[in-house]
Amino acid sequence: MASNFGRILSSKRNMGILSLVGAGSLTAGFLLTRDQHVNAGAQVRRKYPPSAEYPDLRKHNNCMASNLTPAIYAKLCDKATPNGFMLDQAIQTGVDNPGHPFIKTVGMVAGDEESYEVFADIFNPVIKERHNGYDPTNMKHPTDLDASKIKSGQFDERYVLSSRVRTGRSIRGLSLPPACTRAERREVERVVIDALAGLKGDLAGKYYSLTQMTEEEQQQLINDHFLFDKPVSPLLTCAGMARDWPDARGIWHNNNKTFLVWVNEEDHTRVISMEKGGNMKRVFERFCKGLQEVERLIKEKGWEFMWNERLGYILTCPSNLGTGLRAGVHVKLPLLSKDPRFSKILENLRLQKRGTGGVDTAAVGSIFDISNLDRLGQSEVQLVQTVVDGVNYLIECEKRLEKGQDIKIPAPISQFK
Amino acid sequence: MPFGNTHNLLKMNYSAEQEYPDLTKHNNHMAKVLTPEMYAALRDKQTPSGFTLDDVIQTGVDNPGHPFIMTVGCVAGDEETYDVFKDLLDPVIEDRHGGYKPTDKHKTDLNPENLQVYPHSTLKPTLFITGGDDLDPNYVLSSRVRTGRSIRGFCLPPHCSRGERRAIENLSIESLNVLDGEFKGKYYALKNMTEEEQQQLIDDHFLFDKPVSPLLLASGMARDWPDARGIWHNDDKTFLVWVNEEDHLRVISMQKGGNMREVFTRFCTGLTKIEALFKERGHEFMWNEHLGYVLTCPSNLGTGLRGGVHVKLPNVSKHEKFGEILKRLRLQKRGTGGVDTAAVGGVFDISNADRLGFSEVELVQMVVDGVKLLIEMEKRLEAGESIDDLMPDQK
Repeated sequence: MASNFGRILSSKRNMGILSLVGAGSLTAGFLLTRDQHVNAGAQVRRKYPPSAEYPDLRKHNNCMASNLTPAIYAKLCDKATPNGFMLDQAIQTGVDNPGHPFIKTVGMVAGDEESYEVFADIFNPVIKERHNGYDPTNMKHPTDLDASKIKSGQFDERYVLSSRVRTGRSIRGLSLPPACTRAERREVERVVIDALAGLKGDLAGKYYSLTQMTEEEQQQLINDHFLFDKPVSPLLTCAGMARDWPDARGIWHNNNKTFLVWVNEEDHTRVISMEKGGNMKRVFERFCKGLQEVERLIKEKGWEFMWNERLGYILTCPSNLGTGLRAGVHVKLPLLSKDPRFSKILENLRLQKRGTGGVDTAAVGSIFDISNLDRLGQSEVQLVQTVVDGVNYLIECEKRLEKGQDIKIPAPISQFK
Repeated sequence: MPFGNTHNLLKMNYSAEQEYPDLTKHNNHMAKVLTPEMYAALRDKQTPSGFTLDDVIQTGVDNPGHPFIMTVGCVAGDEETYDVFKDLLDPVIEDRHGGYKPTDKHKTDLNPENLQVYPHSTLKPTLFITGGDDLDPNYVLSSRVRTGRSIRGFCLPPHCSRGERRAIENLSIESLNVLDGEFKGKYYALKNMTEEEQQQLIDDHFLFDKPVSPLLLASGMARDWPDARGIWHNDDKTFLVWVNEEDHLRVISMQKGGNMREVFTRFCTGLTKIEALFKERGHEFMWNEHLGYVLTCPSNLGTGLRGGVHVKLPNVSKHEKFGEILKRLRLQKRGTGGVDTAAVGGVFDISNADRLGFSEVELVQMVVDGVKLLIEMEKRLEAGESIDDLMPDQK
């Protein structure tokens, strides 16, 4: 090993030629001059064969590490998207964050829309694993934002304290947060707030740029569960999403504080509809109306959202592809949450629980955040209906337990409808 | 790497003004120097290995700094960075290193024999009669000298690929394993170390931490941690080499007590041996006569040397002129946990403030002379006497 390196190192560094040392290098075959380097958008630094660059994933437990074989790495490591995004950047977060024995993170991100195509050989198996078998090569993702289809969307407010639906949207033609330049990020901000300024009626609102917000405004928004934090999670920082913080980041919300848009956090936009109480149907109606209005407004200016029929809405993290939708409630389940069957019931209903601070937090006072597990392979309407039906079932269980009656684990509902 | 390079050309679709970072709330050397005009002139450049301006400055953009502490705010990704981006880095270097000009030449002196036996001219000769081997052990708890070295031809930690980093590790292990005598030792790869070994090394002040400082993280130095990182030390635990932390190599000589001469002698001997071993394998250290030894952070150019002691100064440290005394002696204080920590029990880490424009011998001499004076002051204050007549001139 050392002597191979010796040979590589003693040869003069030549920026025009990709290293051909070692058998099996798939970069062999063509010479890149500096001009070609410039046009192809690809780096020409690599001095070592893919086998010398392949990350050490032996202690890792994330979807990228489970699927990135040396062969796939070798095939993709010198490819670049038209914007110049490369595999090492996509997987850096998964290399730097081995994961947890119990929690399986995704371990890779997209830098632009084309990442999902150029690096399909690794994204597809990761998507399939994360989305419980959804196969992007032969399945289509349905999109449905017709909120009138939701049935029984009003929860018992003795149990449900608040209802919320969120998703993300990316602006086609601009790089995603791991890769965007400052100018691109500022352009995203400009395009989005320009569109939001066109919203009217109950959606009319105002933008608060993070660079100009006062500390009091900021703390109030955090306390209201409205604002995103400056990223501290290494999952995000290692992916490069926090660069240049807080430049071009901000939050827009309507005057009623029931419809919010985060700009340039983990995605170009995160769109949130929320209210106190249990009227999930109304929350979802506002959600759909707001999204459709914003889409109309950006289209007027010649922009559109990233979307395709294979993957639905394109977002930074593969876990948010498809609908990118998390619909959930804060619900009091003091008895049910202590029942040993609680996890199984959630699993069969295709729901997940989180604490009231969101992901990675603990439940306080038996109040849980209950939301849909799935994102891809079912439409928005289907997922929200799943949450409605599921939460109604959980409340039923809680009521039965209050009366000393027994509860049943429901049959597992099917995943891809 | 980390993120600016591959789409350097994409940026050219936008004007320099649109890309220029917002530095209005920033207080670091980079932010003081990088005007919009300079940004426009440099933004389409890159080093042969592809390191760009935005790569250089990312850490400074992401870390605005502190009203009182002036960080550097930029890093090098390879040796050529200091040349390709000289329009930015020369003024940063000048500001950080006390007026060091682009035309100045840096002298290297690693001959421990040159550490003076005679008293320094600014101090009273009757008090100081030896050269660094007898710092009072009632006050000086330990002595240490460190520097860094980069291997020419490889990219630096913000920019290196995994393959390069591993090659640096392999080269280092190969060379260090040849050392014998007082330098005979062993390498511990971070990946293979047990948690107990690791904690022991940290407690002994030997090991580097997994980086948590946003200054380091934002520059990309912590990528792929702990791959190809490790520590080598001799059996006596008096000579250590850190591999692939903030620089390719950090070389440290240390021991309990106040015999700085011995520490520095071992330091110079060890470094010289290591350099020879690398040369045998066809590699040299990055060095030029203007910048001296080339390291990742511009603050460590020149000698990259920090020579210091842990010393008990409970009285003099409370004196109103303590800061001024240190400044005149060209010394700096830190807590006993190193940079950004607090002093515990009146024990301070006192070291040279300079890195560039003085030789290694000169810097260690300043530490020896300065610490002797501080101890003298401490003794006077203990006895309730004045120290006014001991106030040094500005060096």
